[in-house]
Amino acid sequence: MTSVGYDPAAPSPELERRGIRLGDVLFQGIAVAASVAATVLLGMIVYQVVSDAWPAIQEFGLAFVWTEAWDPVQDSYGALTFVYGTVVTSLIALLLATPLSIAIALFLTEIAPRRVAAPIATMVELLAAIPSVVLGLWGILVLGPWVRDTLEPWLQSFLGWIPLFSGEPSQAGMLPAALVLTIMIIPITSAICRELFARTPRDLMDGAMALGSTRWEAIRGVMFAYAAPGIAAAVLLGLGRAFGEAIAVNQVIGGANSINISLFAPADSLGSRIAAQYQGATSQLQASSILYLGAILMVISLVTNVIAQAIVTRFERSRRAY
Amino acid sequence: MTTIPGDDRYDITIRSAGLRRRRITEKAFAGLAVASALIAVGILALVLGTVIHKGLSQLSLDFFTKARPLFGESGGIADALVGSVLIVGMAMLMAIPVSILVAIFMSEYAGPRLSVALRIVLDVLNGVPAIVVGIFVFGLLVVGRGQSAIFGAFSLAVLMLPMVARATQEVLEIVPRSLREASLALGVTRWRTTVSVVLPTAIGGILTGVVIAVARVAGETAPLLFTSSIAANAISTDVTHALPTLPVAIFAFSESADPAEQAMGWAAALVLILFVLVLNIVAKLVASRQRRKSEGA
Repeated sequence: MTSVGYDPAAPSPELERRGIRLGDVLFQGIAVAASVAATVLLGMIVYQVVSDAWPAIQEFGLAFVWTEAWDPVQDSYGALTFVYGTVVTSLIALLLATPLSIAIALFLTEIAPRRVAAPIATMVELLAAIPSVVLGLWGILVLGPWVRDTLEPWLQSFLGWIPLFSGEPSQAGMLPAALVLTIMIIPITSAICRELFARTPRDLMDGAMALGSTRWEAIRGVMFAYAAPGIAAAVLLGLGRAFGEAIAVNQVIGGANSINISLFAPADSLGSRIAAQYQGATSQLQASSILYLGAILMVISLVTNVIAQAIVTRFERSRRAY
Repeated sequence: MTTIPGDDRYDITIRSAGLRRRRITEKAFAGLAVASALIAVGILALVLGTVIHKGLSQLSLDFFTKARPLFGESGGIADALVGSVLIVGMAMLMAIPVSILVAIFMSEYAGPRLSVALRIVLDVLNGVPAIVVGIFVFGLLVVGRGQSAIFGAFSLAVLMLPMVARATQEVLEIVPRSLREASLALGVTRWRTTVSVVLPTAIGGILTGVVIAVARVAGETAPLLFTSSIAANAISTDVTHALPTLPVAIFAFSESADPAEQAMGWAAALVLILFVLVLNIVAKLVASRQRRKSEGA
C-alpha cells in the first residue's frame, strides 16, 4: 500500500527470470508429499500387520488358515473357525441382499415417480449411516430374541431336516449375524445398482419397449445385459464390507471357538474375534495369531476390492466407447 | 403397455402367445420391487423407532452432564461425549488438510496415469476394514506406549483420508477448465489459482465429503477398541491418555446383562444416531445448495 506498484506476492526477479515461482514449487511440493504419504500409509498398514503376525506365521505356516483351533491353554491357534464364520455369514448376507438391492434400484429408477423415489433413496442411504455399533445393539437386544423365538423355530419347522437349520434356536449365532450384515450391505449395493440402471442408455430401453417388450423384459434383456459387470462389482464391494465388519458381528454372533454346522449356533468371524481380543492376549503367540487373523482379513478385503475396482475401470472404459 | 380401456381390439399384442403369462410376470416384478423398497424403509423405521422408543425416556440433563456411574448409581455419558468430540476433532485436523492436498495433486498436477494410480490407492485404502486399521495403529503406536486419544484420532484419520480425498478430487475435476485458464491468463500464479479460484468454487462439494466422513468415523468403534478404550469413567480432556468414547461405551453397554446398562446403551445410541443423521442431512442440504449454485452459474 505504501508504494505504488508494490506487490508482496511478486516473486524475486532472479527466480522469475528463470521461470520459477517459489510459491508454485512449494505448493506442488506439499501436494506431492501428501500423495506420497497416502501411498506409503497403505504400504505401512500391510507391512505392520504382516510383521506383527510374523511369529504366528512362522509357527503355524499357511496351515493356520485351514486349522480349526483356538486354545489359549495349549497355545495352539488356527483360523478355520473364523474363516468359516466370515464366509458363511457374508455369503448368506449376499444371497439376501443382492436380489433385494437390485429390486430396490429398479424400483427407484423404473417404477417410482420422481417425487416418491427421492425420499426413498435418501432413506436407503440413511440405512448406511447407522453406526455398526448401534445396529449391533439392536441386533443383540431386539433382532436376537426375535430370531430365537420366531424365525428359527419357523425355519426349523420347514427345513429342520437340513443340518444348517438343525439344533437349538438361540439368540446369538450365524443367522442373526448374516441378517445384520444384510442390512449393512443393502445400501451399498443398491446405491451402485441404481446409478448403473440410471445410466443405461434410454434409447436402448425405448427400443426394446417399442419392439413390444414388457418393462420387465426390457430390464432383463437390455438393462441387465448393460449393467451386468457393474452389478458384479457392486456385489463384490458389498461382500468386502461384509467380510470386514467386526463390531456388529461381534455383538450378535456369540463367539464360539469351534465350527458348528447349524446356522442357529454361536460361531465367530475373523473381524469379530480380533475385536473380542482387544483387552489383550495371554501369550505372545496368541497376540501374533490375532494379527495373523487380521492379515487374512486384510488380504481377503484387498483382493475383493481390487477385483471390484478392475471391473469398474473396465466397465467405464467400454461404456465410454458406446 | 397403456391401452385404451375397453378398446382391446386395437391392441395387437392381445393376440400374441403367452401374453397373459408376460403380464403376470410384469405385475410380479413390479410388486417385488415395491416390496423390496418397503422392506428397506421398514428396517430403517424399525431400527430408528426402537432406538428412539427405548432411548428417549433415559435422556435427561444428568445424562449429558455426568460421567458414567461406577456401581448402580445414576449417571450420564458426559465422559464419552467429551472423549468422542476430542478424538473426532483431532482426527479432522489430521485428515482434512492431507486429504485436500492429495485431491489437489490428483486433479491439478498429476497426469492421467498417476491420477488413476492414486485413485486406486485411495479406493483400496478405503476398503481396508476398520478393525485392520485398529490393529495397524495398535502395532505401530500403541505397543510400548499405551493407549491414547491421539492414537485413536490417528486411526480415525486413516479412515477419513480416502473418503475426503476422493470426494474432494471428484468435485475438483468438475471445476470448469475455463475458470483456471482465466485466472492464469490474468497472471495469477498456479498455486494462487488453486487456492483462491478452484477450491472456493468446489467448497460445497468438499464440505459434503468432509461432513459425511465425520458422520461415518464418529460411529466407528473397531479402531478405537485398540487405541482408546481402556479408560476411567471420568470426564477428562487429557488426550495423551485413552479417553472413553460414545461408540465404545455403546459397545460395552450392549454386552451387559444389566437392564439399567442396556437402557443407557439405547440412550447413548440415540445421541449417536441423532448426531450422525443430522450430519447426513446437513451434507445433503449443502450438496443441493451447491448443485443449485453451479446450475445457476
